[in-house]
Amino acid sequence: MADETTLWISGHLAEKIRAHGAETYPHECCGALLGRDSSEIGGSDPQAKESTPGREILALFPLVNRRDDSPRNRFSVTSEDVMAAEKNAREHGLEVVGWYHSHPDHPARPSEYDRDHAWPWYSYIIVSVQGGAPQEMTSWRLNDDRLEFSPEGIEIRHRAAV
Amino acid sequence: MPVKVMIPTPLRPYAGKRASAEFHASTVGEALGHLTTEFAELRKHLFTEEGKLRSFVNVYVNDEDIRYLAKENTPTKDGDTISIIPSIAGGRSSARLAHRQARV
Repeated sequence: MADETTLWISGHLAEKIRAHGAETYPHECCGALLGRDSSEIGGSDPQAKESTPGREILALFPLVNRRDDSPRNRFSVTSEDVMAAEKNAREHGLEVVGWYHSHPDHPARPSEYDRDHAWPWYSYIIVSVQGGAPQEMTSWRLNDDRLEFSPEGIEIRHRAAV
Repeated sequence: MPVKVMIPTPLRPYAGKRASAEFHASTVGEALGHLTTEFAELRKHLFTEEGKLRSFVNVYVNDEDIRYLAKENTPTKDGDTISIIPSIAGGRSSARLAHRQARV
């Protein structure tokens, strides 16, 4: 993942992620990012390729943080939740392209724990929530060697989400 | 008829962009061994350096989680489908480690 990647999202959906982080504060929120990727494996929709530069988030699938033992600094999405997110994405003609979570009272930077548990390819959005107020939002992708995350640019698209 | 292994989207770039692969295997471990032999780049994403399945890698035979069967020794028969399903985890560092958390 040497090349810098870009994640497109509408202002509305970006705001929903921030609001989810504020809502669950001081606990971490989490959810799935549903969208399209123009480099999609086996992507056969030429229209999607033309209209979607890179990766675009078109819907969210908010989830319940399953880490009730340590919700202030951990989040967990079970395999059942992942399958539910994938099913929801398919029903909307989309796919799961990543995940979001909040860092209450911490910067929007991936932790060692984030890196150790990350999958490649997915976009990982992190929103910092300071004292209950959402602040910086960043996105990251795990490098092929699993040793580091690379930052991913977030571009706000000013049109209605699908 | 061989065993079919379903490959999740985030791992397909390391598996020749394939959504599935078929192998003759009598256990889950054997099938995953064939998979990571054919697609060596998959190994580090599925297994730890000690050779154990990573904690966030879930493997199902048909609809059964192998953790509740015989784990990687779970027997497979022709026509079975093995699915690799992600679980997702993360979270901020503890306060004590906050100053050194970003490794970017």
